[in-house]
Amino acid sequence: MAVRFVCTAIIIPPMKKLTFSGKISIIVVILCISTLWFFPMWRIDLAAPQYPEGIYMNIWINHLSGDVDIINGLNHYIGMATIHEKDFKEFVYLPITLISFCVLGVVVLLWNRKIGYYIWTAIFLIIAAFSFYDFYKWEYDYGHNLDPHAPIQVPGMAYQPPLLGYKKMLNFEALSQPDIGGWFYIVAGVVIVVACFLEWKKSKAK
Amino acid sequence: MKRFPFILMSFGAAVLALSSCKMKSTESAVSGDAASKVYVAPGKYDEFYNFISGGFNGQVSVYGIPSGRLLKVIPVFALNSENGYGYSEETKDMLKTTAGYVPWDDQHHLELSLTNGEHDGRWLFANANNTPRVARIDLTTFKTAEILEIPNSAGNHSSPFITENTEYVVAGTRFAVPMGHEDVPISTFKENFKSTASFISVDKNTGNMKIAFQIMLPGMNLDLSHGGKGPSHDWFFFSTYNTEQANTLLEVNASQKDKDFIVAVNWKKAEEYAKAGKGKILPAEYMHNTYSEDSQSTNSVMEKDVLVLDPKDCPDMVYMIPCPKSPHGCDVDPTGEYIVGSGKLAALIPVFSFTKMQNAIQNKKFEGDYYGIPVIKYEEALHGEVQKPGLGPLHTEFDANGNAYTSFFISSEVVKWNIKSLKVIDRSPTFYSVGHLMVPGGDTRKPYGKYLIAYNKITKDRFLPTGPELAQSAQLYSIEGEKLKLLLDFPTFGEPHYAQAIPAAMLKDKSVKFYDIMKNKHPYVALGERKTKVERKGNRVDVYMTAIRSHLTPDNIEGVYVGDEVYFHVTNLEQDWDIPHGFAIKNNPNAELLIMPGETTTLKFVPTKQGIYPFYCTDFCSALHQEMSGYLRVSPKGSNVPLKFGTNVIDTTKATASK
Repeated sequence: MAVRFVCTAIIIPPMKKLTFSGKISIIVVILCISTLWFFPMWRIDLAAPQYPEGIYMNIWINHLSGDVDIINGLNHYIGMATIHEKDFKEFVYLPITLISFCVLGVVVLLWNRKIGYYIWTAIFLIIAAFSFYDFYKWEYDYGHNLDPHAPIQVPGMAYQPPLLGYKKMLNFEALSQPDIGGWFYIVAGVVIVVACFLEWKKSKAK
Repeated sequence: MKRFPFILMSFGAAVLALSSCKMKSTESAVSGDAASKVYVAPGKYDEFYNFISGGFNGQVSVYGIPSGRLLKVIPVFALNSENGYGYSEETKDMLKTTAGYVPWDDQHHLELSLTNGEHDGRWLFANANNTPRVARIDLTTFKTAEILEIPNSAGNHSSPFITENTEYVVAGTRFAVPMGHEDVPISTFKENFKSTASFISVDKNTGNMKIAFQIMLPGMNLDLSHGGKGPSHDWFFFSTYNTEQANTLLEVNASQKDKDFIVAVNWKKAEEYAKAGKGKILPAEYMHNTYSEDSQSTNSVMEKDVLVLDPKDCPDMVYMIPCPKSPHGCDVDPTGEYIVGSGKLAALIPVFSFTKMQNAIQNKKFEGDYYGIPVIKYEEALHGEVQKPGLGPLHTEFDANGNAYTSFFISSEVVKWNIKSLKVIDRSPTFYSVGHLMVPGGDTRKPYGKYLIAYNKITKDRFLPTGPELAQSAQLYSIEGEKLKLLLDFPTFGEPHYAQAIPAAMLKDKSVKFYDIMKNKHPYVALGERKTKVERKGNRVDVYMTAIRSHLTPDNIEGVYVGDEVYFHVTNLEQDWDIPHGFAIKNNPNAELLIMPGETTTLKFVPTKQGIYPFYCTDFCSALHQEMSGYLRVSPKGSNVPLKFGTNVIDTTKATASK
């Protein structure tokens, strides 16, 4: 036994195991992410004097819902491109990425090493950052690539919706915010970062 | 000299005293907090929908109560150029009758469909008095869904009153006429003229109407009616006048008898007789028009016969109760025990008891018969008489607390009285000469109460003058307290007769916002701009057109000739709330269309002169509504202009020609 311990200690640097709360946090993160298949990720609300009841669009990880047709109908006046689900390759890649991420989480849990958790957290942050960048890029494209023959043209006006929060564009007010799935994703982010930090702190303390 | 100021003072006091006892005015009838009771703040909704018959305008108006705001006019028996009802190819057959297209009528009474004697908010039934018809209006779309003509009838007045589960809608004839358009001398009224009471069955699920049977009564005038309730569920009561059977100067000759009748019909028994084959199937032609929301078109069918029941062959089916002085209103209280007949020339209101009437029938307390129909002794069926209620009682409605409210035309007032004690509780003037009155749910088993509305026949000084022709006036009263309290005057149009009101909560959430275009089964629908086209078959040209903000497709059409029958089938591609498009073309003697989102509607146009005809959207739909237009080129007959159409298609003809 002693020999074996020494051997492993030499070949592989001593790796510390996950704490109990660290393990639980992996399950919590996976559960939070899986809500994205049941609830929309993001929500954009629009209001105008003519739309007292409001119109909205929900962004899911694999599709769009809400008043997409109505929004497309309105957007043709200012020459915005129409929004079509099939234009978004994200609806294919994002679910695959997230499933892979969850599978990786299970691997980290079974492997039971802190280093795995650090890597997993880093991947999460990369996915999150890239997603936001991608979302921003889409919004920028929709807001700026306007049809030069559009009936309504306001010099200098762009119609990029806010990434997060409120913005007024012509007669419309737009509010962009996470929906239920998105909030769970944020919770997942908070849990993974805090748990990662605690794992690191514990390893230092020992 | 000293006496002079004293005389002056006494004179002044006398003038003051006189002016303080001046005649009762409108101002004195309205109390302080009335305004707050009818104020519906901007953006807030009314408490009730009030459906008001339009009389000779043939339409039904929808008002919000308590504000008295007009919300909609539903075209039923009248052409409506505003939205193309009766003009469009889809709706024109709704007005088809055996006498051809009758584009107007005299719409008197309305009834909301019932389940267990209470409103269920499904349909509204409307009668046509002139060319006997009954219409059914769908309360999710507020559109006329069905119109059924009534044969062997004239003056379909005692209609469309209904039974407690909408089993039947009745149609009783006010003008007795010979059966089957028989050509007879008018003076043979007594032998040849008949009064029919038609019982129209209503399909529980679809609402489709069918004349189940007609009861052939002796010639007289069936004026109004109401179905029984609870214990009197199986019965229907009609008021009659002219049981004198006069055929000339009715004013005098039909007012001779001291008493006419309330006709009590046991419709359950009639139903059994009809099933048992006691009736005769008589030939009778009448139109039956049904509007289908799926195909968005009217199916017009000519019915060929009708089942007629003769009381002679059907004992215990019909009884008569004497009722003083040419009764008009015939109203049954919420318990179903009391039947109020309003003798319009009487100075009292008789109230009959259903229990007493049943006992009288059982014990054969008859005073004789009327053409073989047993006449029950007046006292044997009478609960009691309301003494000196007013002059000219017409109609009675009820609240949920055992009180009745009767309108008085001659003394121009509404009177509240207690059904059991028959004592008058309160009275309030109307402005002026009230006809019908209505309490929300006031003719059902469960009156909602709260308000009473008087629909008056004379307006005079109630509103700003508008020349000799004035709007009608209605008055809203609060009936929450012991006393009637006048709250509001509001103008109504046509000439309202009966009305109905239902809590807004029962209808507002199921009101259709727009039609699902994927369910549009119109034979000429264009599901998308790519499906638009123009087809010619002989001299018929079908334009499959779409409308979406803010263009029509196709908007340039050539190759149409003078005399062609051009059908514009316009599909509104919008799928959003309150985005209708209109469609009109220059010089069309027809009308315009108003096309709801997801709907297809057709306008026929037969150009008589060559030229360029602009067509355009008539409903201000968007910021670019003024741009929503196009051109139809109409060439002389026999010319050789090819059929060509499109929107935003670059035309190369000109370039080719100049080469």
